[in-house]
Amino acid sequence: MTIKDVKEILGAKVVCCEDNLYKEVHTACGADMMSDVLAFVKDQSVLLTGLCNLQTIRTAEMMDIICIVFVRGKKPDEVMIQLAEENGIVLLTTGHRMFSACGMLYEKGLRGGAPYV
Amino acid sequence: MCNQIHLTYVVSGEDFTRAGEASSDVKAKLKQMGVSPESVRKVAIAMYEGEINMVIHANGGTIDVEIDPNEIRMTLKDEGPGIPDIDLAMQAGYSTAPDLVRSLGFGAGMGLPNMKKYSDYMEIQSEVGVGTTVFMKVIF
Repeated sequence: MTIKDVKEILGAKVVCCEDNLYKEVHTACGADMMSDVLAFVKDQSVLLTGLCNLQTIRTAEMMDIICIVFVRGKKPDEVMIQLAEENGIVLLTTGHRMFSACGMLYEKGLRGGAPYV
Repeated sequence: MCNQIHLTYVVSGEDFTRAGEASSDVKAKLKQMGVSPESVRKVAIAMYEGEINMVIHANGGTIDVEIDPNEIRMTLKDEGPGIPDIDLAMQAGYSTAPDLVRSLGFGAGMGLPNMKKYSDYMEIQSEVGVGTTVFMKVIF
C-alpha cells in the first residue's frame, strides 16, 4: 500500500511532505521505545508511535523510515517538522490509539516484517 | 594514493535534541560515497546508539571516524563515569538510564546490544571515574 492509503485507512491528517504520499510502504512497526524500532525495522516502513519528540524523527532518519504516524492525537512541533521535511519523511497524525491503528492497517494487509530472533 | 576520509565530531552533552547529528552526517556522507544501503543503515544505527549513550550517560564526548573504500572505523570516546561491569551493561534490557530519558523513549537497555549486532567488530574499554572508549568497525 502507499502512504496515501495509510492516511485514508486511518483518517489521518498530513502534517508535512505531502508530495511523498505516493511512496510504497512495505512493512510497519508500532513502538514507543526507540531501541525496539532500531532493532527490527525494515526499510520502506511506516512507524506508528505515541512518542512525540525530535529523537523520533532522528530514529526514523537512521532507519530510512518513510512515514511516521503519531497516534493518540500527539502532534509534532516545528523543530520535528523541519527535520522531517529535510529528510522527506511524511508525518501523519491520528486520534486512534496504537492498537486500533495497527489493527486497521493489518486488516488491509500491512505486515510487520521478520519475527524477533 | 590515500583514499581515506577522516572526520571528527564533538558531541554535546547539554542538549539531548541535538543527539544524532554526528550519525546523521556520517550517514549522509556514506550515501554520497555510494556505500550500499544495508551497510549505511548498519553504520547509522550503531553510531546513533553510541552517540545517544554518550549524551545520556557521559555528558557527551568525541567521535572519530575513518572511512576507507571497504570499511568504516568509529571511535567514541567520553570522560564520563565509566562502566563498572561491561558484561552486565551488554545484557539486553539492562539500563541505568534516568527517568527523563526513559520518558523520551530511550533506556530500554538495547543500546550496547544493538551496537554489537550492527557492527562487524566492537570493543569497549572503560574505567570507572575516568571514561569509556567504544571502537566499532563496519565492513561494507
